[in-house]
Amino acid sequence: MKDAPTNLGIDYDPVRHPEGCRPGIDCAHWVIRGARLLDPASGVDRVDDIYLADGRIVAIGEAPGDWPGDHAEHVCPSGHWLIPGVIDGWARLREPGLEHKAGIATESAAAVAGGITTLVMPPDTMPVLDTVAVARYIKRRAQLAGRARVVAIGAMTQQLGGELLAEMATLDEGGCVAVSNAHYPFADLRLMRRALEYAATFDLQVLIQPLDPSLAARGCAHDGAVATRLGLPGLPVSAETAPLAQLIAMISETGAKVHIPMLSSAEAVRLVERARNDGLPITAGVSAHHLWLTEMDTDALDPNSHVIPPLRTIRDRDALRRGLAEGVITTVVSDHQPHEPDAKLAPFPETEPGVSGLETLLPLVLKLADEGAVSLERALSAVTRNPAALFGLADAGTLAVGQRADLALIDPDAMWSLDDVGMRSAGENCPFTGWDFGHQVGATWVNGRRVFLREE
Amino acid sequence: MAVKFVRPKIPKFAPDPWAIQFDDQGRLRHLLTIEGLGPEWITRILDTAEGFVSVTDREIKKVPLLRGRTVVNLFFEASTRTRTTFELAAKRLSADVLNLNLATSATKKGESLLDTLHNIEAMQADMFVVRHEQSGAAHFIARHVAPHVSVLNAGDGWHSHPTQALLDAFTVRRHKGDFTPLRIAIVGDIRHSRVARSQMHVFNSLNVGELRVIAPRTLLPTDVEKLGVRVFHDMREGLKDVDVIIMLRLQRERMESGLLPSEEEYYRLFGLTEEKLGWAKPDAIVMHPGPANRGVEIESSVADGPQSVILEQVSNGIGVRMAVMSLCMSASATGDA
Repeated sequence: MKDAPTNLGIDYDPVRHPEGCRPGIDCAHWVIRGARLLDPASGVDRVDDIYLADGRIVAIGEAPGDWPGDHAEHVCPSGHWLIPGVIDGWARLREPGLEHKAGIATESAAAVAGGITTLVMPPDTMPVLDTVAVARYIKRRAQLAGRARVVAIGAMTQQLGGELLAEMATLDEGGCVAVSNAHYPFADLRLMRRALEYAATFDLQVLIQPLDPSLAARGCAHDGAVATRLGLPGLPVSAETAPLAQLIAMISETGAKVHIPMLSSAEAVRLVERARNDGLPITAGVSAHHLWLTEMDTDALDPNSHVIPPLRTIRDRDALRRGLAEGVITTVVSDHQPHEPDAKLAPFPETEPGVSGLETLLPLVLKLADEGAVSLERALSAVTRNPAALFGLADAGTLAVGQRADLALIDPDAMWSLDDVGMRSAGENCPFTGWDFGHQVGATWVNGRRVFLREE
Repeated sequence: MAVKFVRPKIPKFAPDPWAIQFDDQGRLRHLLTIEGLGPEWITRILDTAEGFVSVTDREIKKVPLLRGRTVVNLFFEASTRTRTTFELAAKRLSADVLNLNLATSATKKGESLLDTLHNIEAMQADMFVVRHEQSGAAHFIARHVAPHVSVLNAGDGWHSHPTQALLDAFTVRRHKGDFTPLRIAIVGDIRHSRVARSQMHVFNSLNVGELRVIAPRTLLPTDVEKLGVRVFHDMREGLKDVDVIIMLRLQRERMESGLLPSEEEYYRLFGLTEEKLGWAKPDAIVMHPGPANRGVEIESSVADGPQSVILEQVSNGIGVRMAVMSLCMSASATGDA
């Protein structure tokens, strides 16, 4: 396993500029000069200086009146973009419980190298994130690691067992940004309906990934021509759409606010679009890999393209892109699932599903804008302002005075691939090795500290 | 203080999964699937097999082509017929043969597939004959074996069973000669059949006139027509003007998993009886990869009848497997010299 990077400490030290201040690490005041500020939430798109102090953005353009002379400066090469730090709405960090795969320290360091400043963690940890104690543990581990901020989604049922409700209101008060049963099913529809009703009582954001376990069965690839040729057990579209239709029926009855972390099929996009047109409080996201890969990528039996929900047809991929372009899909997530090498060292159906996606999330989203599949504004919104709104992160996701100083600096004209730079995540199960990317993160600030600087 | 980051090496993944079957000089090294062989290699294997089939008709059946070589039968799934014919083929080529029945052995004790593999590799094996219940297992093994080892796929999940398809093509060729005017029908559980998938590739590669599949929809995989077959759900229509009928084995689990209501209804609709055989061409041949369920997918009088070539398939299987073994080993033999 890779060593965790040196601890930087994320909590801001209120003493200004002590002796021996290490600019960029300890320094409380930053001015970032000459970047093109790009922020869909505030509509800002101009070259300007930005001032950070006490973990916040304190000014854009002119320095504030009490600006000290001994601040740290980051002068950006001409043409580089400064965007709000990326919020990844669905990422497994494997801690607590599966530290042999990865940990909060390694993964939050990989995240900031990919421009991600906030990681939203589903509750399927061990122990399950169904108590405030686990939520606090995660927060503390993230603070110790000192890279990206980590926020947690609480469990909807105890032990994610699908039978007894978890203390959702307490989890909410304890800092969880939403509730979910991750990919675990509810015991029955009645229990699910009650969990939604209870969550709606407290106006909690609910995340549900629709996947019918009996239809999914042993399926490990999209039930289509490629799985047929390779003799792989197929996972049909109805494994997603049938439970989605049931979920929509229950949203209409309970009024629960529900977000689908990842859609995988054209038919599911259509169902969500129709429910939204009916005024239901449903929103949806998509993973970056579903926007780029199809069943054809499982053709070589590459275990790195073994994901659930599976990669589907080109028609599905195009419908997901169109859904994002038209606003039916509002967020893009990494669905980060780092694995140890052994998890992928087996015949395809026996490998563990999931990709390590933190370092490719932002490059893949921006590549979509490059190719004209979605506007740059939509692409950036899907990883900044929209997840901020979804999870109620009021002080993140935009470049405005008073907001958290979470920022990512991007070279929009870089040419790079993962083969050249290597992966920082403990999991190297990434299907995008060898791909060329045109945007590279040069530096990242979290809470006013520069936690990542790319060294050439 | 700068954080030092060590760049890890990311292994490359072959973009063309079928290319792994050939060495860098274009010689056949592994046989994993029919895909990628093309008509030239298939014909070459069938032609080589002709020579070996005549060897098996001789008084002394051995040839010394693989003397001093070790062939290991790695069977992670139970099999009698396939394992036996591979064993006989290797012995007739004068190889040493080791049979490992791993369905009951190490892997059940939690040993990983790769560990089992490397252990046997360390015993100086030259060729692995692999059967495994997971699709893609033979590719996985071929990707991880030492450079001098050949891998022959003896069936992986629902994916591929290339030597069975080759011996079927061999049998058809012996009876019918040219493939281009032929109509061939595969009947039964296509969905769970590695044999059917390999047959589709072999007959389409050999430019067969028309390839049909006949089955209820629950026994057909999604988009099966994209593999180059015409789909029928009715035996009378499907068998019309057919030269070759290939019946597939129906497993009893299919009734329990809700794919079929009963053996009786299946037999009535899709079982090959003498009456239904009459709907095909009068000189049609009947094939079955075995073991046949009499009274479930085929009537005894048809299986044992004059049009049946089922036993011939078994004996041809030895010659075809000898051909594949000798071709794959000749790549590594010249490598040693």
